[in-house]
Amino acid sequence: MALPSHISANPAGPSSSRTPVYALVGNPNCGKSTLFNALTGLKQKVGNYPGVTVEKKVGTAYSQHGQPITVIDLPGAYSLAARSPDEAVTRDVLLGRRADTAQPDRILCIIDATNLERNLYLVHQILDLGRPVILVVNMMDLAAASGVTVRINRLEQELGIPVIACEAVNGKGLIELKVAMSRPDLPLARHAWDIPAAIAPAVAELQASLVANDRKAPFIARAEALLLLTDQDSVRVSGSTPLHARTEEILRAWQKRWEGEGTDWAGTLVNSRYDAIGRIAADTILQTGTSAGPTISDKIDSVVTHPVWGWATLGAVMTLLFLSIFTLAEYPMNLIDAQMAALGDWVKNAMAPGDLRDLITSGAIGGVGGGIIFLPQILILFFFIGLLESTGYMARAAFIMDRLMSRVGLNGKSFIPLLSSYACAIPGIMATRTIEDQKDRLVTILVAPLMSCSARLPVYLLMIAALVPGDRVPVATKVGIMVLMYALGTLGAFGFAWLFKRTLLKGAPPLMIMELPPYRLPRVKDVALHMLERAWIFLRRAGTVILGISIVLWFLSAYPKATEGATEQQQLAQSFAGRAGHALEPVIKPLGFDWQIGIGLITSFAAREVFVSTMGVVFNAEAKDDDTTPLRQAMAAAKWPDGRPLFTPLVCITLMVFYVFAMQCISTIAVVKRETNGWKWPLFQIAYMTGTAWLVCFIVFQTGTALGF
Amino acid sequence: MSASLKLSELTVGASAIVREYPKTGSAFVRLREMGLLTGTRITLIRTAPMGDPLEIKVRGYNLTLRKSEAEHVLVELVA
Repeated sequence: MALPSHISANPAGPSSSRTPVYALVGNPNCGKSTLFNALTGLKQKVGNYPGVTVEKKVGTAYSQHGQPITVIDLPGAYSLAARSPDEAVTRDVLLGRRADTAQPDRILCIIDATNLERNLYLVHQILDLGRPVILVVNMMDLAAASGVTVRINRLEQELGIPVIACEAVNGKGLIELKVAMSRPDLPLARHAWDIPAAIAPAVAELQASLVANDRKAPFIARAEALLLLTDQDSVRVSGSTPLHARTEEILRAWQKRWEGEGTDWAGTLVNSRYDAIGRIAADTILQTGTSAGPTISDKIDSVVTHPVWGWATLGAVMTLLFLSIFTLAEYPMNLIDAQMAALGDWVKNAMAPGDLRDLITSGAIGGVGGGIIFLPQILILFFFIGLLESTGYMARAAFIMDRLMSRVGLNGKSFIPLLSSYACAIPGIMATRTIEDQKDRLVTILVAPLMSCSARLPVYLLMIAALVPGDRVPVATKVGIMVLMYALGTLGAFGFAWLFKRTLLKGAPPLMIMELPPYRLPRVKDVALHMLERAWIFLRRAGTVILGISIVLWFLSAYPKATEGATEQQQLAQSFAGRAGHALEPVIKPLGFDWQIGIGLITSFAAREVFVSTMGVVFNAEAKDDDTTPLRQAMAAAKWPDGRPLFTPLVCITLMVFYVFAMQCISTIAVVKRETNGWKWPLFQIAYMTGTAWLVCFIVFQTGTALGF
Repeated sequence: MSASLKLSELTVGASAIVREYPKTGSAFVRLREMGLLTGTRITLIRTAPMGDPLEIKVRGYNLTLRKSEAEHVLVELVA
């Protein structure tokens, strides 16, 4: 079925008054983001497609004459037969299936010149859509270096659409591209390929049904009919219009018939596309030189994925990442802390004492400060993740770790998010976007906060200090306990991942069909943009939730008001939080905790490190300048009403175990809510983590007591 | 015609031609879409440090797949 060539596509022309909308599509790793950044600069808006956790990026480019052009950056896809929510969104937008996003007028297709054949597969599917397409052949320089010349003119003649040679990293070809994008009329592709005879009748029947029942335009209907044949699992995401029952019926009938006949319908279709691509490639690729031996990437990989050096490299990269987070983030974090304290003091001085002042200083400023304190870690982590991704190392890390991760039913891509969570679960959870499989991603999000993050350190340190007082105890014991807590969290994370993959989020074992792209030099601009974008998303989306919960928690500890002249300690004791602590005592007593510890558990729901300051108020021994000695002494003196000491070594251990498992961080909750698009999963996460914390603490304390500790 | 063997049984560095593998299943349809077709020449580049997944060269680029999929892909050695 040949399309008429060189039809001017009028409805899509920017001659009309409205801004033309381009969709930017391409395979992963073909330089799509770089091109998008180069086209739109900082004029980008990042949001979510409603109902799916796929990022929607829209930017504005300007033509040579200053006319605005809207560009939607669709998620990278290898095929329109979607295998992940990302690819499903790309498919649905291009087919006009999404109610929230109008079908783009024109399509900008970017391909990697060094990998023409596989990249052309997606192009071949896209040309079916009968929309005006501009083809951008990126990485011409890299192709030339490897002895391959892509004859742009021939490709243009072959396809009948504008083809632009481009080097997105240094802006070459950008002007030509913008000129092409502002053309009022674009030719449609000369896209002649024969649908294999074995499946042609089915395509015709499906097309007819899609036109009649699903009200699709003929071209789109044909393209969709072809996709249905390879889209076996039909990855459906919310927001996409379902097919008419009649169309589904026809599809199933044909599949049943083919199964009976032994027809390989999907294979036939893919084969015929690759045959057509093969003919195009033979005509347009000029092998100007033979690549002399292994490429630079091959040489790097022989070290980086080596059975010995591979682990060493991975270890070194991860150590560097953690050292940077812990050392570099400390200064800005202290600075934010100090600035927030200064702001609080300023408000205290400027306003008359009263509830409003307390609300602003303790509730609002405290809450906002507690949220943005995570910014330095998020920025540093995403700087590293951006670097790892744009150089190509990320794929290698996933390759190396896949075997280990597969033991719990995940794949290698969950490794970096989980590892990052040792620093802070927030960026770790935000980094799960690279995991295509929705269930795997959810499992990773659910277990990520079990990795002991840096906010648990103050609690661990205080408990260890209370547990093994004085300097008589060897440092090794303290380190040993610390390592034990980290091990416990890690074990918990993998245990629950294993459990969830087998029960709640049961699914096919994740695929590891992944490209290992050649190593490339990172682009500072792209990495910086990515990093700032993440930080902004965190502030905007998580900020409101963090602020809201902080104010609630402030209210709980500030009301009802104690009588005039009460100390901070007395105020807290008789506040809602204090009363809740009392009410909680029967529940936490089997863990060895009294109501005073209960207050700490409640207030530290905001963030784990708050436990330390709450204990300071509860025991009237504020830690000054990070020196917890007075607090430690006060805690050592704390007793149950019957005179037994409260903080026995066993209780200290149990309390640490509680913090290993319990979901005590509103910023994480806020991020999980954003990343899973609702309250269902964060609430489940609070329930399962805190439930586990209680259970494990119960076992630890009761066993310990029975053993006479 | 040399004997066919499984892709998972290739030795590192060996090249082979893909003969056949299952028609259905999302992994196998995706492998086809990634360019792994009957008659396509592939080379086993390496295995990951723990022996799985595999890295192969196909149509000029490097692709990973797990042994569990590679076991179903029949190939024929080429010199």
